[in-house]
Amino acid sequence: MDLNQYLSMFLDEANDHLQALNDNMMELENQPEDVSIVQVIFRSAHTLKGMSATMGFEDLASLTHEMENVLDLVRNHQLSMDDFIFDTLFKSLDSLEAMVEDIANGGEGKAEIKSIVESLQSIVKGEHNKEQPAESQETTAASSHDERLDEFQLSIIEQSIEAGMQAAYMKVTLREDCVLKAARAYMVFQALGEQGEIVKSTPPAHEIEQEQFEQTFSIYAVTTQTLEEIQKAAEQVSEVDSVVLQPLTADNIKDWNKLLQAATASKEEVAAAAAPAIEKKADDARVTETPAKPSETKKKPTGGAAAQGKGQQHRTIRVDIDRLDVLMNLLSELLIDRVRLEDLATELKSNTLTETVEHLVRVSGDLQSIVLKLRMVPIDTVFNRFPRMVRDLAKSLDKKVDFQISGADTELDRTVIDEIGDPLVHLLRNAIDHGQESTAERIEAGKLETGTVHLRAYQSGNHVFIEIEDDGKGINRDNVLKKAIKNGMLTEDQAKLLSDEQVYMLLFGSGFSTAEQVSDISGRGVGLDVVRSKIASLGGEVVVKSTLGKGTTFIVQLPLTLSILSAMLFRLGDEKYAIPLTSIVETGLVTKKDIRNIHGGIRMINYRDSVIPLVSLSAIFECPSYTDVDEEETEIIIIRKGERLAAIAVDDFIGQNEIVLKPLGSYLGTVQGISGATILGDGQVALIIDPNTLIQS
Amino acid sequence: MSEEMKIVVFKLAHEEYGIEVDKVKTIERMMPITRVPKTYNFIKGVINLRGVVVPVMELSGRFGLSQETYTDQTRIIIVQVGEMEIGFIVDSANDVIDILEDKIEPAPEVVGGIQARYLRGVAKISEERLLILLNLSEVLRKDEIVNLEQLEV
Repeated sequence: MDLNQYLSMFLDEANDHLQALNDNMMELENQPEDVSIVQVIFRSAHTLKGMSATMGFEDLASLTHEMENVLDLVRNHQLSMDDFIFDTLFKSLDSLEAMVEDIANGGEGKAEIKSIVESLQSIVKGEHNKEQPAESQETTAASSHDERLDEFQLSIIEQSIEAGMQAAYMKVTLREDCVLKAARAYMVFQALGEQGEIVKSTPPAHEIEQEQFEQTFSIYAVTTQTLEEIQKAAEQVSEVDSVVLQPLTADNIKDWNKLLQAATASKEEVAAAAAPAIEKKADDARVTETPAKPSETKKKPTGGAAAQGKGQQHRTIRVDIDRLDVLMNLLSELLIDRVRLEDLATELKSNTLTETVEHLVRVSGDLQSIVLKLRMVPIDTVFNRFPRMVRDLAKSLDKKVDFQISGADTELDRTVIDEIGDPLVHLLRNAIDHGQESTAERIEAGKLETGTVHLRAYQSGNHVFIEIEDDGKGINRDNVLKKAIKNGMLTEDQAKLLSDEQVYMLLFGSGFSTAEQVSDISGRGVGLDVVRSKIASLGGEVVVKSTLGKGTTFIVQLPLTLSILSAMLFRLGDEKYAIPLTSIVETGLVTKKDIRNIHGGIRMINYRDSVIPLVSLSAIFECPSYTDVDEEETEIIIIRKGERLAAIAVDDFIGQNEIVLKPLGSYLGTVQGISGATILGDGQVALIIDPNTLIQS
Repeated sequence: MSEEMKIVVFKLAHEEYGIEVDKVKTIERMMPITRVPKTYNFIKGVINLRGVVVPVMELSGRFGLSQETYTDQTRIIIVQVGEMEIGFIVDSANDVIDILEDKIEPAPEVVGGIQARYLRGVAKISEERLLILLNLSEVLRKDEIVNLEQLEV
């Protein structure tokens, strides 16, 4: 079977599962007693193992297998989580991630996993913590506990033998390349069921149905036929590799459990030395009850967790982003025609045409909102890997960090999401390494030992803001200036003139780092300038606020990059412009006498208990055919950027419309105050104003 | 052996210029241009070219030549260099000719007021007909614009 065609699917799913594992591990670390989380982790690990084995990535499969063994003990309350187990599992996740990445880059997903596997195995054997000898005993007991018969089953077999029937213990091994294991196993059950009765199977039937077994499962069966016949019946099922049959007689049945235990123990020793990937999954088969007689305690968590798993699952398909781009372009063409049709319908005043156009407007409106949503991804997909990173970082720096995320459901265009991860990692590392003081310093400063790092995302107007706030020592203006002067970035005279914000922006200069010591995490001076250029390349910007001794906040502003937006069209003389509705607070009128002139020619107006600047767009754009200065009454649009407001003076409102954002062409690149252009219904081009640049003072 | 090239011929301030035909996307009649504020003064604005917004440059303004008034002969030549698409406003464009590559001679310092680095060369078509070939990538280079404007003021 050619597996290459499944590779990208495998990678996508593997990454999803790794993410889920990471998330749930973090959650488990907070509530180590919650077995339902372990169940979820177990399932992810198990699926990952199955996928990897199918694709032939044996190192991946064997490592997940060992993790599964540990998790299995935990979910059965035979092992309780401790720091060592968490660290080992996190390490395993890291090497799993490395292997998946290697596969993504065309490698074979091989890695040196021996030491991790050994640590995992030592956990299973209970050797990692000598203070828990009781547990270790329990563990060995548990792993051999699996195939034993309980009294009820024993008595059934004994009675069957007394009644002259044949009884046997069968080990059925499926071929390694078997695709539908559950189906084959079912056929074996079916074949045996025709010949007699199955007393017990390991793993139990419902787990087998869900393919929760390796190549091998075992069955206790009684039959009226001869043993050879039932063996033949089982072997006839295709893709069955072998059927090992052990007759049960009145003699050996009494001591059966003891025999089995001895056999399993010796087998385990062999298995530990052999490649774990093909090792029979002894632990998975630890359930003692028959499917016919399920114990309440066992059944409950399984059922509950399964229901939970279903709730979390999103039914999705993966689509090439290029196709979405094509869809978007087609839609924008359609919208231009729609506006034209609307104009035509108003001109022609034909009822049927108007009705049809109205329907078209509604349908295309719905279509548009769906296409838009397709491209939007919650920023959670970036944020969700941060808790783990912060945890590791805080641990390696020996700091205590309370990491809080809010606004993870804020949505951003997919293209921005793909790029924003690295800059945010830089900023977070910066906050924890440079921003937050060491624990000793914090105590000395009278602060809580645990520092808090907030990661916030929210939308404002056409932009998404991401804030990284720490409550650390803040930026020391003098230190920054000293360093900048030393590096020759500016002179002492210049330094005196800079505002605090300008000083903080020096941090983003290339080759600048204020950390006294270069550490592993940051301080090589390559961080922040890269962050700024990356964010700038996404059309965003980053600013810093800081209070010495209280903390620092980095604010990253990113465009939503919506290519279709609702906008207000207005006129300046004979020129038409559009402004995105999302940044408009309201529109209104001011009379000349309400405009106050502040020194330096800045004009301000009163707006709801505050005074806001009045921006003359016609002056900024050097409009040849209109100026608002002499108007008795001026139409104004109140716009907002974050918390700041401003009014812009316009000539006349045209109305609200859906417009398609088009770039101005690569020759012009970015023009100050303008975010792009759109084509109006009459075929003319109108420029779209970027309100955010107008508010910047 | 020298290769034959197809050249679009256009007129600008009474001189004849040429651009390789494979760089030219279309030639359009004059159409409404939306002014773009806060950009170079030789950029007339942007046009709607069948759904795509394309910037338009006044080529005479780019070279600091005197500006002609638009007539019904005025054309916008849409050229494409790499990913970049831009329109040139020219006085007229009505010919495509073949010339041999070895007929192109290096341009003297200044031809018709345009500096040599913007020119690929000069081709003599007949005794009284000179064709000035533009070096498009130099014409569209933006980092030199500031210097250029300073020189020509």
